[in-house]
Formats: sequence, structure tokens, C-alpha cells
Amino acid sequence: MSTLYEIFIGPFSEFEFMQRALAGVLALALGACPIGVFLMLRRMSLVGDAMAHAILPGAAVGFLLSGLNLFAMTAGGLIAGFVVALLTGLVARTTELKEDAALATFYLLSLAIGVTIISLQGTNIDLLHILFGNVLALDDQTLLLIASNATITLIVLALIYRPLVIECVDPGFMRTVSRAGGPAHLAFLVLVVVNLVSGFHALGTLLAVGIMMLPAAIGRFWARDITLMILIATASGLVAGYAGLLVSFHFGVASGPAVILVAGALYVVSLLFGHVGGLVRQLFPGRHLEA
Amino acid sequence: MVTRRRLLAATAVAALFVTAPARAQERLHVVASFSILGDFVKNVGGDRVAVETLVGPNGNAHVYAPSPSDAKKAADAKLVFVNGLGFEGWLERLVKASGTKAPIVVATKGIKPRERAGDHGHDHDHGRADPHAWQSVANAKIYVANIRDALIAADPAGKDTYVANATAYLAKLDALEREVREVIAKVPADRRRVITSHNAFGYFQDAYGLSFTALQGVSTEAEASAKDVAAIITQIKKQKVAAVFLENVTDPRLVQQIARETGAKVGGTLYSDALTDEKGDAPTYIDLIRHNLRQLAAALVS
Repeated sequence: MSTLYEIFIGPFSEFEFMQRALAGVLALALGACPIGVFLMLRRMSLVGDAMAHAILPGAAVGFLLSGLNLFAMTAGGLIAGFVVALLTGLVARTTELKEDAALATFYLLSLAIGVTIISLQGTNIDLLHILFGNVLALDDQTLLLIASNATITLIVLALIYRPLVIECVDPGFMRTVSRAGGPAHLAFLVLVVVNLVSGFHALGTLLAVGIMMLPAAIGRFWARDITLMILIATASGLVAGYAGLLVSFHFGVASGPAVILVAGALYVVSLLFGHVGGLVRQLFPGRHLEA
Repeated sequence: MVTRRRLLAATAVAALFVTAPARAQERLHVVASFSILGDFVKNVGGDRVAVETLVGPNGNAHVYAPSPSDAKKAADAKLVFVNGLGFEGWLERLVKASGTKAPIVVATKGIKPRERAGDHGHDHDHGRADPHAWQSVANAKIYVANIRDALIAADPAGKDTYVANATAYLAKLDALEREVREVIAKVPADRRRVITSHNAFGYFQDAYGLSFTALQGVSTEAEASAKDVAAIITQIKKQKVAAVFLENVTDPRLVQQIARETGAKVGGTLYSDALTDEKGDAPTYIDLIRHNLRQLAAALVS
């Protein structure tokens, strides 16, 4: 039994940095996974990735102005993300351009502006290195930021849950019964940005999208009901965070990718054996009926 | 400090221009295997000697691969200075390949070699003796005496110059050693344990009573895993070290986390095997020792 303890609990009871890392990824999963489910249901799975690119230059500019400062980088990322999200929403709802095209134009512009500003500054820093957060080095401030972002996300999500779900399922019906669709959509985009910024402190920008989208896809294979889907997605996000840290601890691989790879393994299992549309279920439907 | 150095450099350059035409034929061409040794030779030889170093500033003599131009340098030289103690594993082949007739001067001659104890998997390509003898200033004085004698043997006409230069430089080294001892004396007995990422301070440890341990298992500059960080923290706690010098861990946030969790101070870079270039922290041997001393003092003297 003591070996089981050493494998699964020991790393966290012995090392403070592991406790912080665990708290960080768990808080991150709590906020990001429900967001991921809604993104997926609205066929916006790639929006997270595009938004991450939109945030990156803002954070980089924050870094250039005041160094490795949590608030400057957070503020920069939030501003860049909000501007892109708002402009995208505005253009998509007022012109002929669809949401994906509007987002593509604005995130590319944001990226270009960011890279230009950095090149004008002429600093030769390895931006990717700086912008990749390190889950093993979360200080109090960063943890607090991630935790409050998760809290805000869950509260706001609860407030806009109804319009959001109805708009996912039947946007046309939503427009006939309520005007809340637009504001809810914008609030939702803001939440996407907030969670990406959290994720970028903990895991780095690109992996932040992973902890958002992979659990959502996992949930899709196990549930038809949206509430259950969110619960399963969040649970698998939590499991991936915990197991990923353990993998990083025992096998010496970098922590951020380890978390995402564990989520990836869960995804492959779900893809094969999931109740809802899993490949094995599709190939052998008879067994399902007999059982 | 910087301005004084610049002034000195400017004077030296000016002196070079004034004397160069007259001395062009007389200057003794010698080769030193690495930058620290080259600095010693420069100080003893003064402007009678033209020194070329094979492994330049910031170079790593452990894993160095000589180039054809190095063979040419060695072939043209009147003397080849090496550290010995297995430091320059590549040298023998280079000397053979270049066909140089120059005598090989082993600068560590007369220094009692130190066994490489507790060298955990730090795979240097040399024998059991620890070659980093210059890390003790007392040893550096032996280097200088050896260099002086070798230069006199090769160029008897310059004897007075070499003796005068060596005496002046030895006096500076004496002062440097007193400085080292004074600073280390200020470190409380229970704070004299340090972890470094490069196991090169054995002679310093023996001479001045600071204990150095090499960091185990972390050699990569890639993103550290939880396992790496846990290993560093465990070692710091187990060995009760007061400070840790992590050149390999580049993420400042991670370094802070390690410091927070262990209570150990995390210091900057300690230079071991090579000088830096002119703009760096350690362009000369004396600067190198002073820099390391400052880093140690900053981390250990509270």
C-alpha cells in the first residue's frame, strides 16, 4: 500500500510545487472544460486556437513593457483577446461576413501587430520560452488569478446558461423568443478569452487550448445530454491534470505536454469505446442491443 | 572599474602600436590551450610574447574539437602551454597532426592533483584527476611560476622582463587570495554548503573550506519536468545547502519556486572553465575569481 501512496499521493504531499501545480490545473480544468463543451457544440472548436493567437501578442507587449509581470501580461492578453472577440462578434452580427471569417481576419491582424511591435522594440528574447507558462512555477498571485478566473467563469456561465444552450440547439428559435442571444454570445466569448489567459499562465498558450477542447471532445462520446456532457468533460479534465502531473513527476517529461497527452489518451479511448458514436459501438451495434 | 579597464586596454593598444614595428621579429609566438591559461601567459609574457588560445572565451575545453587552423597555430608556435591533468583530451592528436617542434609545457607541473571524488555521472572525458586546478589561487601561482620558467628557457634574452612581470602578477594573485580568504571567513560555518550545476570547484573547496556538490541528474536546457524539479529540491533539502547555483535552469519563475520551497538562496552563474569575452563578467582570471566570490558572498553572507 505504501507504494501506491508513493505513486499517487506522495509527490503532492512531499513537494509544495506539486501542490501548487495540482491546484492550478484543477482550477483551470473547472473553468475551461465547460467553455470547451459550448465551443464544441457551437462548432467553434478552432476558435480557442485562433483566440490563443490573438492573445499572444497582447501578452508579449505586456512583457515587453514591464518584464515578467503577471498583471501586465494578463492585462495585455485580456485587452488583445477582448478587442478581437468584440470586433469579431460585431462584424459577424452586422455584416455578411460569417463568424469564422471575421475571427480569422482579426486574430491574424492582432498577431501581425504584436510581431511588429516586438520587432520594432528590437529585443532578442525568446518569446515562445517566456510565453510558455510553467505549471511547476505557479506563485501565489498566479494561482489566485487562475482560481478567480475559474470562479468568475462558473458564475457567469450559470447566469447565461439558458440562452447559451438554446442558442446552441436552435439559434433560430432563440432569436424569435429573446434578445439575450447577442449579449450571451459576447459574454461567452469574453469567458473564452479569460480562460485562455489563465491557461496561458499555467500551461502556455497552445496547451491552454488543449485543456479546453480535448475534455469537451471526450464528453461528446459519452453523453447526449448537455449537462452530463459538461460534467464528464470537467471530470476528464481534472483526471488529465492530476495524471499528467504524475506522469511528469515519475517519467521526467515536461508537465504541460504531459497533461495534454493524458487527455489525448483519454480521448482515444473515448473515440474507440464511447457510448455515443464511439467507433467500436458503431462497428458492433448488435452487442449494444442485446446487452 | 570599467573605465579603468578601458583605459588600461587603450594604453596597452597604444603601446602595442608604438612598439610593434621594432619588436615584430622578437615577439615570441606561443599557444595556450584555453582562455584562462592564455591569460596567465599574457600576464607573464607581456608584450614580448604573442599568445594565441585554442579554446577561446566562453568555449568548453572539455568537448572541444580542434580545427585545421588550430593545427597551424600549434605548428607556428615556439611553445605550447597546456593545463594537463587530462583536461585537454584532444591535444595529443592535435600536436601529432600539426607536426610542431614546440615543447609542450604542462602548467600544472608541481601541483598535487586532486582525486575526482563524488563525481556522479558528470561525464568529463578525462582521467581520475580533477583538472580544474586553477580554481585555487595558490595553484594559479604555480601555473605562473611554470610559465615564467618555460618562457625564460625559450627566450633567455627576456629573462628580466618575465621575472618582473611574473613577480608583479604574483603579487596581484597574493592580494586576490587574501581577498578570497577574507570573504569566505565571513560565511558562517553552517552556511558553507553549495550546489552547482558544474562539478569544477574541488580545488576551491579544498583551499578555502566551502563545500561544493554537483547537481545531479539535471543537465538539460529543455523545459524542466516535475521529476527534475523534485530532484533539485530533494537534494537541496537532504544536503542542507545554503545556496544553489543553477546555470541550466533558465526559467526565472521556476528558480524562484525552488528558492521558495527550500529556503536556499539561488545564485547566478559561477564561471569555471573559461573566461568570458571583454564585455562579460570575467574577461581575466582575476575578474573570474572575483566574480565567483561576489556571487558566493551574495548568496551565503546574509
